[in-house]
Amino acid sequence: MSWSLIFGSLTWSVFPHNPIALFGAAVVVLGTIGAAWALSYLGLWRVLWREWFTSLDPKRIGVMYLIVASTMLVRGGIDALLMRAQQATSVGASQGILTAEHFQQIFSAHGSIMIFFVAMGMMFGIINLIVPLQIGARDVAFPFLNSVSFWLFAAGAILINVSLVLGDFSAAGWLSYPPLSELAYSPTSGVDYWIWSLQIGGIGSLLSGINFLVTIIKMRCTGMTYMRMPMFVWTVLGAMALVVFAFPILTATLALLSLDRTLGMHFFTAGGGGNMMMYVNLIWAWGHPEVYILILPAFGIFSEVVPVFSAKKLAGYTSMVLSVVGIVFLSFTVWLHHFFTMGAGANVNAVFGIMTAVIAIPTGVKIFNWLFTMYRGRIRFEAPIQWFMGFVVLFTLGGVAGVLLAEPPADYQLHNSLFLVAHFHTMIVSGVLFGYFAGIVYWFPKIFGFTLDRVLGRRAFWLWLVGFVLAFGPLYILGFMGATRRIDHYAASTGFQPLFLVAGVGALLIAGGFAFQIAQLVRSIRQRELHRDTTGDPWDGHTLEWSIPSPAPFYNFAVLPIVHARDAFWAMKRGRVPYQTHGFEDIRLPKNSALGILIAGFVLVLGFAVVWHIWWLALAGVVGAISVIVMRTFDEDTEYTIPASEVMRHDASVRHGIHTI
Amino acid sequence: MSRGNILAGLLTVVALGACVAVYLHGANIPVLQPHGPVARGELWVMTVTLLLCAVVVIPVFVMLFSFAWMFRADRPRSRRWHMPDWDHYSVEMELIWWIVPSIIIAILSVIAWRSSHQYDPYRALGRGAPLEIQVVALDWKWLFIYPQQGIASVNMVEFPENVPVRFVLTADAPMNSFWIPSLGGQIMVMPGMTTQLNLLANDRGTYTGLSGNLSGRGFAGMTFAAQSVTQAEFDQWVASIHDTSLPLDSTSYKLLAKPSENDPVAFYAPVDSALYGQIVMKSMMPEHEMMQGMMQMPNGMMMNESSMP
Repeated sequence: MSWSLIFGSLTWSVFPHNPIALFGAAVVVLGTIGAAWALSYLGLWRVLWREWFTSLDPKRIGVMYLIVASTMLVRGGIDALLMRAQQATSVGASQGILTAEHFQQIFSAHGSIMIFFVAMGMMFGIINLIVPLQIGARDVAFPFLNSVSFWLFAAGAILINVSLVLGDFSAAGWLSYPPLSELAYSPTSGVDYWIWSLQIGGIGSLLSGINFLVTIIKMRCTGMTYMRMPMFVWTVLGAMALVVFAFPILTATLALLSLDRTLGMHFFTAGGGGNMMMYVNLIWAWGHPEVYILILPAFGIFSEVVPVFSAKKLAGYTSMVLSVVGIVFLSFTVWLHHFFTMGAGANVNAVFGIMTAVIAIPTGVKIFNWLFTMYRGRIRFEAPIQWFMGFVVLFTLGGVAGVLLAEPPADYQLHNSLFLVAHFHTMIVSGVLFGYFAGIVYWFPKIFGFTLDRVLGRRAFWLWLVGFVLAFGPLYILGFMGATRRIDHYAASTGFQPLFLVAGVGALLIAGGFAFQIAQLVRSIRQRELHRDTTGDPWDGHTLEWSIPSPAPFYNFAVLPIVHARDAFWAMKRGRVPYQTHGFEDIRLPKNSALGILIAGFVLVLGFAVVWHIWWLALAGVVGAISVIVMRTFDEDTEYTIPASEVMRHDASVRHGIHTI
Repeated sequence: MSRGNILAGLLTVVALGACVAVYLHGANIPVLQPHGPVARGELWVMTVTLLLCAVVVIPVFVMLFSFAWMFRADRPRSRRWHMPDWDHYSVEMELIWWIVPSIIIAILSVIAWRSSHQYDPYRALGRGAPLEIQVVALDWKWLFIYPQQGIASVNMVEFPENVPVRFVLTADAPMNSFWIPSLGGQIMVMPGMTTQLNLLANDRGTYTGLSGNLSGRGFAGMTFAAQSVTQAEFDQWVASIHDTSLPLDSTSYKLLAKPSENDPVAFYAPVDSALYGQIVMKSMMPEHEMMQGMMQMPNGMMMNESSMP
């Protein structure tokens, strides 16, 4: 049997050669071995497998999402630091620390990782943790599917890191425009890694989207009408609707590109009747809604924390709902603004420019409503409010940059420049990430039973904020100076270098901010008895998740709540509506299952095999995954019952200083 | 938040602003220092947009910080002011948050519509016949063909001041973007397709031209000099190229099109007048068919067709 029949296109030459890439590979390999050894040494494998990997509890799955996303944040962050180091040093005669190709792989990986495996991961993590609690449900609609979704997400994350060790990664940018991403110009397996890790992670996201859409529509507790839902649930509903409509476009586009590359078809190639403009349209028909998929839940988090820490109701709830719905619809009408410069006619560009500016209206309404939530409140400057204030300042400025880019003639001068890079980082970092950080600090005690350390959290916030301004402020100016994005080298006469150096310092400060967040986590865990949340309601919360003990018990609600008002729990606390007084009942919960991780494992094998053209292995992956799915359909014993007496006993044991139901 | 903290914060912002101002004084910022009507108009659009946005942004900032200061919980008065259930101001007030931004966006929409047409890259500038320059993005250099003059240049383009220039562009390499920030905004170039960009320089000078879209390994080195000169200097330049250069036909083009990085400036004359059309059609059909097809086509037909109307 020939080598290629067994190993496909894998050869000895796929191992990295240059020192920095070799270091990256070593970190991945040694890190994996080290982690595996540590888990064995501590004897944690069994616990991990039984309690976590096979768990169908959305709170456990949510925590695993956050762990994977944070790990990937480190990876994407190191990529960012390398990029900053390269651009700060690669001027004139100096070529910097990276080769052009390596630099291009790094920014392609940075973008793909940060969007797909950090932002999406954190989003689904928080959604898993909080949505069932906020709607008064004990689980999601499809618990097993939830596990499959998470493990597909994890499989995508693993595959993208395998490219550090075997072969290279795509050097065609985070959206891999053809024809650069076609075989003619990117002959290595890098783009295939990009396709398959995004494809696998993306299908996980699509399944999650369906799951939470159904969960919110079907699983709300008695009395929770649509107009009584917490705003976070509303934004998640909007985001999940977008996932369901947008992600199939991504799946199809990636599939077409992989057909081009793997089977020699011509959907997007330069010759053979391919149309690269079709790819650009398709990828942004997914890509623009994706931005709103990420930002809507962040808006939802701010809509939760601003009222709670202002001790007020959310101002303009109806307006907020309308603006969410408006954003959901409008987000599908603006994708062309990502390529005004492609040469469409003035009418087309103008229409998309106007639609883009129109989205600023509902977004602006949201900001005004948050501000009027603060009006005549009693504001406590806890971490979530800090993140909120940082968000408003940066996001508003970034939004102005966005309106600028929405005017086609202005875009002609700013597109593809670092101004654009600064703009979308402002939206994604200060919008999405700050929002998720606020949410994590806010909900942490509900999941883990203790609050996070305030002092270190404050330092982390200021480092992120100042670091962000220093890292991206110069990029706005560089855009006006004619610095295009993705350059690995520039002439000394451009005068770019001082600004790139400042941006580098900013990136280091952001890294410091992240380090403080890790330190905050470590210190909070060590001092957890000091920060223990015994009331279940450390912030004087408004919504149902604060009505149960912290950490939330595995069955969420011992007695399912009945909702009589918006801000249900606040109304109960203030005696406006009665507490739920019904008795305990038997609770049915899903049994753990190892099949989710098994399906994702086979899909990971499939992805790896196709990247390297190892066809027998690909076939094994497909057959394996389908077999496990079929196996699952025959399993009828998927739930177990906790008797009412047991629920009552457990509830009494975790309920100390909590409002009695 | 104490008064001291706020003061320190304000001082930091002012100090940073001053540093930026000192640094940028005298710096080369082409987008903000236009040398042609297109770049000037595009800057005008940015300025107006920015000012209109300020109408919303300034109140937001004022409200954010003043509300945060006035309604902080540790302020004794906050208890008296506290209105926990005040969640719904009158409909009229709520309408303000919808209508004010809507008016601004309506104004911006008018600007977007009008300016999109006025600064449409395909729109001819001025009344006189433009100087046509065909541009081909290659791996990794720019080829400029002057069909009227019969010359070509690599990584350098020259044109007379105050004469409208019509760039007709394609790529024989991955998608790219053609950008001379001092003169005006960019347009994408794609293999098998033709786009257009009309620019005009009011002043003499050498401006940097850039490659905007990632096109592979050597893309950062794909810069070129765009020189605006007097008509006499331009004529002289054309003549000197005719005197000293090698011809550009399909054979020498094939050599030129091979991937190379950081290429020096080079000149060609005479240039095969069908070359640009052949490059555009290259990915449409196999080479032998193309040669036959091209012969039957009226000369220059390719150039007058844009891929997207």
